[in-house]
Amino acid sequence: MTRDQIRQVILDILAKIAPDEDLSNLKDDVPFSEQMELDSMDFLDIVMELRKGYRIQIPEEDYQHLTTMESTVTYLEPLLKDVESPAKPAG
Amino acid sequence: MPKDFLKGVRDRYDVVVIGSGLAGLTAANTLARAGYSVLLLEHHYQLGGMATWFKRRHGHIFDISLHGFPYGMVKSCRKYWTQEIADSIVQLKGIRFENPQFSLWTTFNREDFTRILTERFGIPRETVVAFFDAARRMNFYDDQHTTTREFFEQFFPGRDDVVRLLMEPITYANGSSLEDPAITYGIVFSNFMSKGVFTFRGGTDQLIRLMRAEMERNGVEIRIRSLVERIEVDAQRRVRAVWANGRRIACRAVVSNANLKQTILELVGEQHLDRDFVDETRAVRLNSSSCQVYIALKPGDGFDYVGDLLFHSEHRGFDFDAMLSRNISSRTFSFYYPDIRPGSDRYLIVSSTNARYEDWAHLSPEEYRRSKQDLIDTTLDCLEQYVPDIRRRADHVEASTPCTFQRYTRHWRGASFGTKFEGLKVSKELPQQVPGLFHAGSVGIIMSGWLGAVNYGVIVANEVDKYLTPAPVRV
Repeated sequence: MTRDQIRQVILDILAKIAPDEDLSNLKDDVPFSEQMELDSMDFLDIVMELRKGYRIQIPEEDYQHLTTMESTVTYLEPLLKDVESPAKPAG
Repeated sequence: MPKDFLKGVRDRYDVVVIGSGLAGLTAANTLARAGYSVLLLEHHYQLGGMATWFKRRHGHIFDISLHGFPYGMVKSCRKYWTQEIADSIVQLKGIRFENPQFSLWTTFNREDFTRILTERFGIPRETVVAFFDAARRMNFYDDQHTTTREFFEQFFPGRDDVVRLLMEPITYANGSSLEDPAITYGIVFSNFMSKGVFTFRGGTDQLIRLMRAEMERNGVEIRIRSLVERIEVDAQRRVRAVWANGRRIACRAVVSNANLKQTILELVGEQHLDRDFVDETRAVRLNSSSCQVYIALKPGDGFDYVGDLLFHSEHRGFDFDAMLSRNISSRTFSFYYPDIRPGSDRYLIVSSTNARYEDWAHLSPEEYRRSKQDLIDTTLDCLEQYVPDIRRRADHVEASTPCTFQRYTRHWRGASFGTKFEGLKVSKELPQQVPGLFHAGSVGIIMSGWLGAVNYGVIVANEVDKYLTPAPVRV
């Protein structure tokens, strides 16, 4: 997947976790938690969705990389480089 | 021949979930949604664990633990259950305190408590703000040695009236005391203070019915009256199977929603575990238990609104030992009005008190019966001031004790709030001792109550999923 495709995967997951949030103006370099109400259970959901959809194992010590959209995409890029982009939103 | 409650159950599943409390139900549902084959086994004839109810003559339905969870339950139910379940959650706005020190009503959220603490109790606003912020900032990784008593003392020295206001409802909600770690208080209190106290419209029976339907849609195999006797592990201590109603069912992983200590010491057995871990498990303190009195008014009769949750006490100051004592001076009344079960015309009251198992477990049958009657009588006497003429108007009255809770949940000592704080560490480390065995249930105070149980079910389901997902092939 390209960086843009990975970004879309994350956006789809966020939309599922927080259906009431408007994600169209999400800034990629600002922490998710400063732009929307995300608690530790929500981050767990992101990790679970990535495992379900793409078999990616994210160890707890790597959760710190999931702070902003930019850092998340950078962290996932090598893990997803050989994975096909989903035809429709993950889930 | 006795009925085979395991009829139709396959010989092998990915995951077997033992027990159907809210943590067990949520773990089962989450894992089934993730695509695993899941078998849920419950020893009792209905699902829910402590999230339960019972029916009596004339159509009365009593809820055991329905009233009072934080707003976070809405989000958790939406994410891990269904929108319909989340949409049935409603606020209880009348939280009431009646004791020798003060008499007040509140919506039990930060805004209203700030008003009460500054106006009624004369606490400077900046102290109140600092207290709320300190409670809010607390998390699991913080200092675990400061007690709740010390935490209160920092902000409200010598103010046992403030301590009572802040502590009584939390003791009702999770059985914790002033000696428990301050972080357990801070986390639970902040959860409530975000928006107040909530309940489930439709009653516990409706909630569990909806959860069952959702589990069935996701393919969970559900069996009641199925008691798990043993968890089978191999020479490498890996989980291989469970034995239930005398039958072996193979599985790759087990989530036990049974009591933590019983899971480890009885279902697995200490011969399969490290000595240190066994000792640590033995040292985990179980939380206290409860007595309840259930009162239903005659069909057609009702009472004016007197609040939803009422913390009544005749004791001066907050005194946990007095709250546990058989000589009851503190009671929490949950008032149920017809609108909680749309279509019903019933008014019911459930009185709850914290209690010690040992005060009830060793009585002769005659003493036990008499003690229960005494509990009922003193409760009705107390209730008279809020619902006049209650004795004449009551259609059905009965009581439960720690022995009742033990019988229906099988928890040692009838523990109705799981374990003290140290139980969380043992619960989390269990899979390192026995690969494939996970525990999800009320532990450590913070993972207790309806919201704690649901969220812990998800956290543990995530660990199970991690364990069962093969590592990706690296090229």
